[in-house]
Amino acid sequence: MTLNHFSAALVFALFASIVFGITHRDTVREMVRYGVYCFVLFLGGVLVAGWAMWLLRR
Amino acid sequence: MANSTTDKSKTVPLQNVSAMAVLAPAVGWLIPGAGHMIQKRWIRGGLLFLSIVALFLLGLAMQGRIYRANGGDILDILGFIGDVGAGALYILSVANDWGQGAIALATADYGTKFMIVAGLLNFIAMADAYHIAIGKKK
Repeated sequence: MTLNHFSAALVFALFASIVFGITHRDTVREMVRYGVYCFVLFLGGVLVAGWAMWLLRR
Repeated sequence: MANSTTDKSKTVPLQNVSAMAVLAPAVGWLIPGAGHMIQKRWIRGGLLFLSIVALFLLGLAMQGRIYRANGGDILDILGFIGDVGAGALYILSVANDWGQGAIALATADYGTKFMIVAGLLNFIAMADAYHIAIGKKK
């Protein structure tokens, strides 16, 4: 099985965010909010790092 | 004065330590999410199980490497600690000699990291199950 860089990061972000959301907050609402927050940060970090490397490469 | 060092009557009470406080993390380690399920947190346990098992199996499918117990390089030792967190999945993988890691594939390295992170996430889930068992978390 082969995943490209982005899809691997996407899968990783999804599952890690679910675990973080459940384990780091007390109420269901907070869990969902924190999970989404982590997911956005993961993907945002990937995109920012990707563009930063693109700039460094030029 | 004679009994100042030998008096055993002043023992610290074991507050909030129940069988569940021991059982939940242990079961949670063996089967991801099971520590929550035995405390009737079915949905949380199910989601933890799904996430951790999926991450580990994806790592295997990507031909990631499973670290065996070793006393060599520090990164190998840390890799082993991460992997062993996956509990039964790790035991099953080692028993079947899975996870030999194809170095030629770039995605195999991702797979290795997926499995390590799955184990580390399971450690977090175990701690959460323990906190629920002792009443620290609702």
